[in-house]
Amino acid sequence: MATEILMPALSPTMEEGTLAKWLVKEGDTVASGDILAEIETDKAVMEFEAVDEGVIGKILIPEGTEGVKVNTAIAIIGGEGEDMSAAPTIETSAAESPAVPAPAPAAPPTTPVAFEPAGPDAPDGTGMTPATVREALRDAMAEEMRRDETVCLMGEEVAEYQGAYKVSQGLLDEFGAKRVIDTPITEHGFAGIGVGAAFGGLRPIVEFMTFNFAMQAMDQIINSAAKTLYMSGGQMSVPVVFRGPNGAAARVAAQHSQDYAAWYSHVPGLKVAMPYSAADAKGLLKTAIRDPNPVIFLENEILYGRSFDVPVLEDFTIPFGKARIWREGTDVTLVSFGIGMHYALEAADTLAEEDISAEVIDLRTLRPIDYSTVIASVMKTNRCVTIEEGFPVCAVGNHLSAYIMTHAFDYLDAPVLNCTGKDVPMPYAANLEKLALVTTEEVIDAVKQVTYR
Amino acid sequence: MAARNTTTKSAAKPGVSAEDLLKHYHDMLLIRRFEEKAGQLYGMGLIGGFCHLYIGQEAVVVGLEATAGEGDKRVTSYRDHGHMLACGMDPKGVMAELTGREGGYSKGKGGSMHMFSKRKHFYGGHGIVGAQVPIGAGLAFADKYLGNDRVTFTYFGDGAANQGQVYETYNMAELWMLPVIFVIENNQYAMGTSTRRSTMSPSYWERGAAYGIPGEEVDGMDVLAVKGAGEKAVAHCRAGKGPYILEIKTYRYRGHSMSDPAKYRTREEVQKVREERDAIQHVRELLLTGQHAGEDDLKAIDKKIKEIVNEAAEFSKASPEPEASELWSDIWASA
Ligand SMILES: Cc1ncc(C[n+]2csc(CCOP(=O)(O)OP(=O)(O)O)c2C)c(N)n1
Ligand SMILES: [Mg+2]
Repeated sequence: MATEILMPALSPTMEEGTLAKWLVKEGDTVASGDILAEIETDKAVMEFEAVDEGVIGKILIPEGTEGVKVNTAIAIIGGEGEDMSAAPTIETSAAESPAVPAPAPAAPPTTPVAFEPAGPDAPDGTGMTPATVREALRDAMAEEMRRDETVCLMGEEVAEYQGAYKVSQGLLDEFGAKRVIDTPITEHGFAGIGVGAAFGGLRPIVEFMTFNFAMQAMDQIINSAAKTLYMSGGQMSVPVVFRGPNGAAARVAAQHSQDYAAWYSHVPGLKVAMPYSAADAKGLLKTAIRDPNPVIFLENEILYGRSFDVPVLEDFTIPFGKARIWREGTDVTLVSFGIGMHYALEAADTLAEEDISAEVIDLRTLRPIDYSTVIASVMKTNRCVTIEEGFPVCAVGNHLSAYIMTHAFDYLDAPVLNCTGKDVPMPYAANLEKLALVTTEEVIDAVKQVTYR
Repeated sequence: MAARNTTTKSAAKPGVSAEDLLKHYHDMLLIRRFEEKAGQLYGMGLIGGFCHLYIGQEAVVVGLEATAGEGDKRVTSYRDHGHMLACGMDPKGVMAELTGREGGYSKGKGGSMHMFSKRKHFYGGHGIVGAQVPIGAGLAFADKYLGNDRVTFTYFGDGAANQGQVYETYNMAELWMLPVIFVIENNQYAMGTSTRRSTMSPSYWERGAAYGIPGEEVDGMDVLAVKGAGEKAVAHCRAGKGPYILEIKTYRYRGHSMSDPAKYRTREEVQKVREERDAIQHVRELLLTGQHAGEDDLKAIDKKIKEIVNEAAEFSKASPEPEASELWSDIWASA
């Protein structure tokens, strides 16, 4: 019986991949566990093993093919001893392959977003080059490590494995094991060691494989890192960066999908950055590493693979506390940060088609917050909607609402609305996960409410 | 196939019946076939997120479950499918949870890493490395408090064994004589980090000595050795002598999760264990050489398991997605 071998999904966020190399040829007999091919996913090159035994009949997708969608038939395998010369008769295209519900497209599409060249972050005429957020973060760390001997990186799988999400790719090779350090799975311990090393004169970057695991280290982050400068009467600063992916990835459920933006923003003594674009990721991370305070740097797994234009500058940094206006508008102010920007920008596009002009502000850092850019915008548009992925109670948007009410009450023509994730732990089921996340439609609805349309 | 080294493994032991061996064979094979199927469904996009397969480690849970009595409890990490099958949970419900469907053990809301069965005393499925260790001691605390003689099997990995909360737990478990068996499934890797790169201590079980907890190292590719050690540990706990540590040396054949490029070890290393130390193959040989079963008997078992697994897969595809209203249920328990 001939069976199709389908392009496998080899990571939670993979939708398509490159069939890098076939390791078998037509006519080969394979057993369960044999490697059939090398497949390049959004994260890495992976070996793809056979599950069934049999003879490779026909290879449908030649090696080197890019953009092969998950579940496309890539080869045909027949039972042992079967004559597969007739196999091509079960010619199938991707469209005809067995009806399988498509994996939830939890990841936003990966079209590059244009960065307006003469943005305020880089001087006029600065050249731009596309880079993924992943590359931008890596470059930021590499540049700072070249610049300052005291910068080191520690965390689980950051060195030999090249990073669980490949953010630290190449750093071990360049900087060696003294400065790029694999830790055991002991978050509370190594977060504390990072704090102590910062006391001792280093500038450690502590990577949490994801911020969900930083919960194990919370005491060191809050009680030791955030409060020491104050408790020491200003003597002892703690220049440590805690960074890693934050928020929902795709289908990893309650214990691995949480946005901690509001949690850390609550704490005096910390600085909190949460970039959306690759340029901001780079410029803000470099600033974070140089900052004399503990910085929480919240990244996002889904954004890692997205490309943006990044200024070509020898030393590109972005100051904290300076929002970026992605799009100017007159009818409503949308305020967001991190992956929330994806929904804000998408909503603004759709609203423009309906003649509603939205101004879109990316806060970029949550401590400090650029209140004045927000207030100036609200004074102009008289309406505001905030967007974030976290839970609704005590959300960053709640705080902004209160701030706007206090400082621009007379300018408001409608209450400030907060679009957030739902008030539930993240469910695993694909349909429920979609419902739990904030959506572009919800942003559009909120805008229509505040603009009375 | 390379010659296997059977001399270090238990041969047919006195007290091991043909029924026992057949049951171990069946239970281990069920886990392996189930996991292979899960891997396949993941590749097809039917299972999402993280999915950690137990292939290679089957003898650990099967050996220990053979020593558990009614009411004994178990708790483990995200690598939990095998534990659930071994304690008698329904493959259909487990697979449907993997596909995120209504028929799953958590109604599709927990997924591969977070599954529970109160009825089978399976307390999860925990996604945070090491978090299940104090929880296991807490279950034992409750049993002792309630005055019964139940024990709790608390499974964790070699990577988890370095978490600080493990040692806080050891201290209290011995201090309060809790009936908990700490089962370290030492598969030699925590994701891409081999044990040699994460600790200088030569063994994990010996760390218990600092707290006064006895323990031992066990060959986890030999189900009878695991069972023997388990019996000793259970007797220790039931006698009110406090916790016990089993460091079970095992091996995972597949990647850490589905998205592991596995560059930290060689194909040959994996292949060698598969060929020379495989636990299922070991029991198969014991059955055949001891003439407890013929090839045909084993084929019949294989066939039956294939049916169970296919049925589970079909169920997991046919079961509907949870109702949208499920998003809002189970946040608070009602009084
Ligand atoms: C607190 C915490 N840190 C990191 C992770 C990410 N992570 C998941 S599994 C794993 C490796 C664990 O290895 P081990 O304890 O040996 O168990 P195994 O996977 O080998 O069964 C890591 C680092 C996590 N889930 N929780
Ligand atoms: Mg391990």
